[in-house]
Amino acid sequence: MSSKRIAVSGAPRRELRFSFDGKALTGIEGDTIASALLANGVRIVGRSFKYHRPRGIFGAWSEEPNAVVDVALDGVHTPNVRATTHTLAEGMEVRSVNTGAGAERDRNALIDRFGQFLPAGFYYKTFLWPDWHMFEPRIRAMAGLGRLDPETEPPADCPLVSAHCDLLVVGAGPAGLAAARSGAASGQRVMLVDDQEKTGGSLLHRAARIDGEVGTDWAQAVAGDLARTGHTVLARTTAFGIYDHNLVALWQRRPDAPDALWHVRAKQVVLATGAIERPLVFPDNDRPGVMSAEAALVYLRRHGILVGERIVLATNNDKSHAVAVALREAGASVIVADTRSSAGAAAGPVVRSGAKVEAVHGAGGVEAVNVGGDRIEADCLLVSGGFTPTVHLLCQAGGKLRFDESIAAFVPGDPVAGIAIAGAANGQFALSEVLAEGHRAGGGGGKLPATDSEDESYGIEAAWPAPAGKARQWVDFQNDVTVKDIELAARENFRSVEHLKRYTTLGMATDQGKTSNMNGLAAMAAITGRTIAETGTTTYRPPFVPVPFTVVAGRRRGEFFNPVRRLVLENEHRAGGAVFREYGGWLRPAWYGSGSGADEVAREARQARETVGILDGSPLGKIEVIGPDAGTLVDYNSYQTISTLKPGRIRYGFMLTESGVIYDDGVVSKVSDEHYVVSCSSGHVPGVVARLEEWQQDRFDRARVFIHNSTPQWATLTATGPRSRDLVASLSLDVDLSDEALPHMSFSDGSFAGGPARVARVSFTGDRSYEVSVPSSRAKALSDAMQEAGRTLDAVALGSEALLMLRAEKGYIIAGKDTDGTTMPHDLGVTGPRDRRKGEFVGKRSLFTENAMREDRPQGVGLTVPDGAPPLPTGAHAVETANGKRRSIGFVTSSYESPSLGRPIALALVERGLSRMGEEIEFFHLGRTMRATIAPVCAFDPEGARING
Amino acid sequence: MQRFPCPFCGPRDETEFHFAAESGKTRPEPAGEVGAERWAEYLHLKKNPKGPTREIWVHTTCGEFFLMERDTLTHHVAGSSALGAES
Repeated sequence: MSSKRIAVSGAPRRELRFSFDGKALTGIEGDTIASALLANGVRIVGRSFKYHRPRGIFGAWSEEPNAVVDVALDGVHTPNVRATTHTLAEGMEVRSVNTGAGAERDRNALIDRFGQFLPAGFYYKTFLWPDWHMFEPRIRAMAGLGRLDPETEPPADCPLVSAHCDLLVVGAGPAGLAAARSGAASGQRVMLVDDQEKTGGSLLHRAARIDGEVGTDWAQAVAGDLARTGHTVLARTTAFGIYDHNLVALWQRRPDAPDALWHVRAKQVVLATGAIERPLVFPDNDRPGVMSAEAALVYLRRHGILVGERIVLATNNDKSHAVAVALREAGASVIVADTRSSAGAAAGPVVRSGAKVEAVHGAGGVEAVNVGGDRIEADCLLVSGGFTPTVHLLCQAGGKLRFDESIAAFVPGDPVAGIAIAGAANGQFALSEVLAEGHRAGGGGGKLPATDSEDESYGIEAAWPAPAGKARQWVDFQNDVTVKDIELAARENFRSVEHLKRYTTLGMATDQGKTSNMNGLAAMAAITGRTIAETGTTTYRPPFVPVPFTVVAGRRRGEFFNPVRRLVLENEHRAGGAVFREYGGWLRPAWYGSGSGADEVAREARQARETVGILDGSPLGKIEVIGPDAGTLVDYNSYQTISTLKPGRIRYGFMLTESGVIYDDGVVSKVSDEHYVVSCSSGHVPGVVARLEEWQQDRFDRARVFIHNSTPQWATLTATGPRSRDLVASLSLDVDLSDEALPHMSFSDGSFAGGPARVARVSFTGDRSYEVSVPSSRAKALSDAMQEAGRTLDAVALGSEALLMLRAEKGYIIAGKDTDGTTMPHDLGVTGPRDRRKGEFVGKRSLFTENAMREDRPQGVGLTVPDGAPPLPTGAHAVETANGKRRSIGFVTSSYESPSLGRPIALALVERGLSRMGEEIEFFHLGRTMRATIAPVCAFDPEGARING
Repeated sequence: MQRFPCPFCGPRDETEFHFAAESGKTRPEPAGEVGAERWAEYLHLKKNPKGPTREIWVHTTCGEFFLMERDTLTHHVAGSSALGAES
């Protein structure tokens, strides 16, 4: 136990109780989980992914590779959070991941003993025989991350916020603050976002004075001014992805509200995302107690934590010498081991130059360090291999990088339109220059902030990883990738960085290689004798940090995932005992009653044939086509000619795609020469409106024809069955219902309850039917009136399932169910328009292609089964056997046990079906074979007498 | 997410739009005089260029089809115009 809290600046802070792996601990307000663990001297916070090596906290923010934990708070379980970024809360239960019995005592720790036998690709190479999938579950169980709690489903309460601004600044360090301030001063609407709780970035732990103020005070003042003057300042908000046309996705963590997802469209984006310190790579550099030097400074300055008492600080640059000074002032003894031959002047008393770490001792944490042949007792080893600019967002937006030898880092190359990058993210580490870059990037408005402290020097000399015999040197801590793994990849010719990544999994862990990618590709460069620039980087993709799926999904879950359309009369149907299902996007009554579905459906179907059924047909399309050219457009849209109808008459027809395939079927009513109503099937309404619009705009005079979808404005209740006319007659609709005045396939306008009503004789059951349409506002009145009238007629409420059965008895198709993506009208025996119709219509030419005229096309037919046989399964394949090989020649599209006929019926698409009437063929389904005879599609009332019965 | 300019509604997110066709395609007719290859070309063949392209899109929320010039490689949108207005 060497790390401890020594002092906290500012006002006293509230104590917070929490637990880690079941052990009760105490932190203070403002702690991250990581700082609280360090304050309690916790060293081992997790086990590595593959070897189960003990690991401690390395970083202080989102770069952290080791400290991944599961968190439970107030019954909400959140897996795989970074201890370094997650704010501590009272009562938090924190658990290490991928450990058998906690981080300290892990029952899989033994695996590390075999580490030398487990190089990259080991599992895939070894467990090939007999089948990788046999071994996979147990291997996966040994490696891994946190656990999801199946008991708690997180609420769908994360909102999506859309915003626009002139200038979006990502990062509220000195560069970002300067950019936001100058942007506001030049009249732009500014959004400033930062992923931390407090504004200031590096100013929060590196002392500086700007414009005469202490750096942190200056930062507070700038952010405060922005917020006060109407700009948007978001803390705890991570910009995790940048997409086309400057759309930036933000993940906002709100203290007393659910997280929010932001979509921000910015005219200009300034990336002031800083830089991340990378480790030096040497044998056993993954021991608990090895930490980023910059992180140690963060813990000291922001959380009052001294990470060790006897510290060795290994570095290759001047920046971390300031860390050594600060730690000494705080009471630690610090020995600086600098890889450079002449270490900088700022170094302080105990500095070794040209010094490399040769070994780290201590299985459970750093105990001693070998430097330049000497063994130095130490409880903490800080490392700084230099800083890698955080260019992720720029590269996601297509930005290219160039390698700058002078700072041993990839820096932004050619500018990207709409995006500026400033400060450490741009490879600039001198504060005065950082401020100047930020100021310019924001537009240059107002006064340039000046620093009155002297710029710290950087003075880095690259110290890249190199092979070192048998010793294991860690490059990627989280995924356990060592320099030897990279050597192996090179040896097996996985030399491209993209191959290196996939072969070794370098940079593929949840930290996405923030501390490891640079070292990894530098190692590959050294091993293959190329320059780092030649080796290049892997592709940067969103998200920058892991974002919870709950945030991405937001409220688009459950019933909001794909919201159903609802009937005006839903409540009435519910009161009537309806069981609802979704049909073509609409929530409709499937059947009524509490019996089994099959029984209720059979009851409804039987009774509707005997008396009268009442069905809610409101979703049926009612698309009005109006104007002098309405008839031409409706004809062009249809397979059948429509405009030759007399006003008041209705015609059934198909609509084809340009490929000649049946897109939908339906009826069209002719109101007048300049007014038609297209009544397509419920699920196809948006599609039919779209195609009418497309053709209208493409080849018609828009002043002469107009399309209006009035489907939602009308409610339609259908009465069908022998007593349907009696029922409609009692509604007093002011319509002559005699067959002479209102024959089948005609309509008449009347009135209902003081408003308009339309009565159409269209039948989807084969029985006499009346569709009564009234404005949706009068739907309930109409429903009540029909229920009332139905009482004396023994009427039955008819659900969709019974309707589907009744129409199948008649051989009426559902487009898309009884047809597929190849079915043309002549495949259903409807050839008139193809053979005789003059003029153009959609899909016409396709009906005459070689393929369309083949004789072996699947055709729509009915099927009968032998006496006593059960219904055929829908989807069963019709098969024929030739030369010992069985071949599918079609399939069953609809199949029911018909209560009216007392036998099964079915519809099918079968090759040459129309010329095979009476032929018995074989069907195959899930290993069973059965037989059925091809029959006409219409099984019930083939003469059609009931339509007027 | 790209942003496209509807000539009638202004800039909107790409989720509000559907691609309709490459511009300059004319429907060959009358059907009786159109050869199989010509019809197949109309139905199935797209130029799908890499780089600048002229396309017909529809803004689904207002229902208007329009011409859009954009670059399939860089996603730069050069502009859009109402149909019939560009000549």
